[in-house]
Amino acid sequence: MPEYKRSNMLADKPSGYCPGCLHSLATRLISDVITELGQEDNSLNVISVGCSALNILYWSGDFLSVAHGRAPAAATGIKRTNPERLVFAYQGDGDCAAIGLAEIMSAANRGENFTVIFANNQTYGMTGGQMAPTTLIGQKTTTTVYGRDPATTGYPMKMCELISQLEAPRFVARYALNSPKGVREARAGIKKAFEMQLAGEGFTFIELLTNCPTNWKMSPLDTLEYMNTNTIPYFKPGVYKDVTAKEAE
Amino acid sequence: MSEKRFMKGNEAIAEAAVRGGCRFFAGYPITPQNEIPEYLSWRLPEVGGSYVQGESEIASVNMVYGAAAMGTRAMTSSSGPGISLKAEGISYLAAAGLPALIVNISRGGPGLGSIQPAQSDYLQATKALGHGGFHAMVFAPNSAQEAVDIVYDAWEYAERDRNPVLVLMDGCLGNIMEEVELPPMKELSDADLPDWSLTRRNGRDWQGNITPIYTEAILEGLNAMAGEMYKVWEEDDVKVEEFMVDDAEYVIVAYGIASRVSKEAVLTLRAEGYKVGLIRPITVFPFPKKSIRNLDYDRVKAIIDVEMTIPAQMREDIELQVLDRCPVYEYGRSGGVLLDDEGVLEAVRDIVTGGTF
Amino acid sequence: MVNINVSLCKDCRYCVKFCPKQILKTSGERNERGHFYPVMTDADKCISCAICATMCPEGAIEVTKGGEEA
Repeated sequence: MPEYKRSNMLADKPSGYCPGCLHSLATRLISDVITELGQEDNSLNVISVGCSALNILYWSGDFLSVAHGRAPAAATGIKRTNPERLVFAYQGDGDCAAIGLAEIMSAANRGENFTVIFANNQTYGMTGGQMAPTTLIGQKTTTTVYGRDPATTGYPMKMCELISQLEAPRFVARYALNSPKGVREARAGIKKAFEMQLAGEGFTFIELLTNCPTNWKMSPLDTLEYMNTNTIPYFKPGVYKDVTAKEAE
Repeated sequence: MSEKRFMKGNEAIAEAAVRGGCRFFAGYPITPQNEIPEYLSWRLPEVGGSYVQGESEIASVNMVYGAAAMGTRAMTSSSGPGISLKAEGISYLAAAGLPALIVNISRGGPGLGSIQPAQSDYLQATKALGHGGFHAMVFAPNSAQEAVDIVYDAWEYAERDRNPVLVLMDGCLGNIMEEVELPPMKELSDADLPDWSLTRRNGRDWQGNITPIYTEAILEGLNAMAGEMYKVWEEDDVKVEEFMVDDAEYVIVAYGIASRVSKEAVLTLRAEGYKVGLIRPITVFPFPKKSIRNLDYDRVKAIIDVEMTIPAQMREDIELQVLDRCPVYEYGRSGGVLLDDEGVLEAVRDIVTGGTF
Repeated sequence: MVNINVSLCKDCRYCVKFCPKQILKTSGERNERGHFYPVMTDADKCISCAICATMCPEGAIEVTKGGEEA
């Protein structure tokens, strides 16, 4: 029978996240996988800036907090000098898809042997809900009060599609955390990425579609439905690149 | 075992870094410092280290941030425009208490400026290497040998203080070839890894975390501790060369390449019977305040600030110590135009002969 | 069986929504942080599928096999 036990990677206190925030679910999933793999003492969480960084408030493992967007660069310095560590960067959408675009694309292209977990909630949560690079067309934010207009702000950035075009990345996948099925698949995807890293495979990238009840101005349950009808049709979940699958053929 | 070699200043810095324990370098090409990353790209792998050519100066300094957090002796190098980009990361290094070596082989500025040598980054180096109000120790060697000696021990300061260290040179010193005596390789083991570092190789069994963000009360405390550290530097770590200053009536203050040209002027003018001396800051931060403050102003008639930049940037630091007890003049060339013996000599001679300079 | 650490709960109601047996309900009780937390209404119907735990952002729900005490 299935069972669940909270990982000891999380301190015994509530997260710093708002009610229903899927950042906390993502953090919980990562902690579950690290525990399952027995990597509690070997994992190193590289955190940049934004709500994604709030997981340091209850993360019990090692972490390094770095500048906005620079987690893939710092992780490069870590992993090159300490290749045995299980290193992952946890980045939000402003962090990964705007200010840190050069860092994520270059680290991916170098095939650095670490994992980037990218939480895409289509808004700048910590600063109060401004437009993110991933904000959907028509989605209202504090800097797109009439809805995002592609004529002046372009289109939502599709990171999995971009990164999977590069030669070096080994595993690139997107999961939606708004359903039990999506969460289970995401957990399996994170586990696969970590196992590939531990085997020295190279760069792995996991995008998690998340929400922001506070800045979307919806109840947590309504955000899950909004994701079904708006987010998922644009950011399609799936495995975008899996070199191990090709090798198995 | 030490050995003598004939090397470019930039290459000498790179080799001295390796011998001083550097095992990680990340950087982005920019003239006139390219020999540093070029040399380290093959040299670091020879000693089990890592070299990464970053996608930008910003990425490079953040790679250094990551490596430094693991206790690895890490460095990056650049020139003015690139140092501006690294400002973010240098500020974060200071905030997170991470040691690292930053080398600035400076060129003409502002902006893209010129690729030719200039001492245009003194104010940036000594007053605001990044946002937030912090300082790094700034060494300004005036020869390849002195650069070797400073770089070799840079991490001793950086790890002592848990703070970045800056070596400030110019494109001239970086590119001229000189004989250097290289010190022996420092043999560091896992036991030497700092106890705060995030590596597990130091046997740590508690949660390691390093962060550049704090709650306000803690941050205020850290700011105050940094302020105290800067005062200790001023007492303990100032390096300065005083040349023929004891009886000098005219004192040149110059660092780096400008000090070499100025020394020639001192010797020439002494031969002509003028009592000229030279104060050469080797650390420009901490600035050698006492050397200038404690001059006998009944004897000293003028101070001349010679720099390879216009306007002179060190002048305010000098004037704060002179306190109007004698006039302070400045002479310089800028934009990548080199100081030459004749120019400095004429400018100083003008002043010592009561000319109209 | 389901064990709810009510002090971690933030009342998002994901567990209530996704429970296939619809046996978790939001209680009228608040925890120390002011959140209404869920209660198990019919433990005999619980199939230990752990979907509630799967969806709980906080990891406030633990699930053990059968009817053993956690």
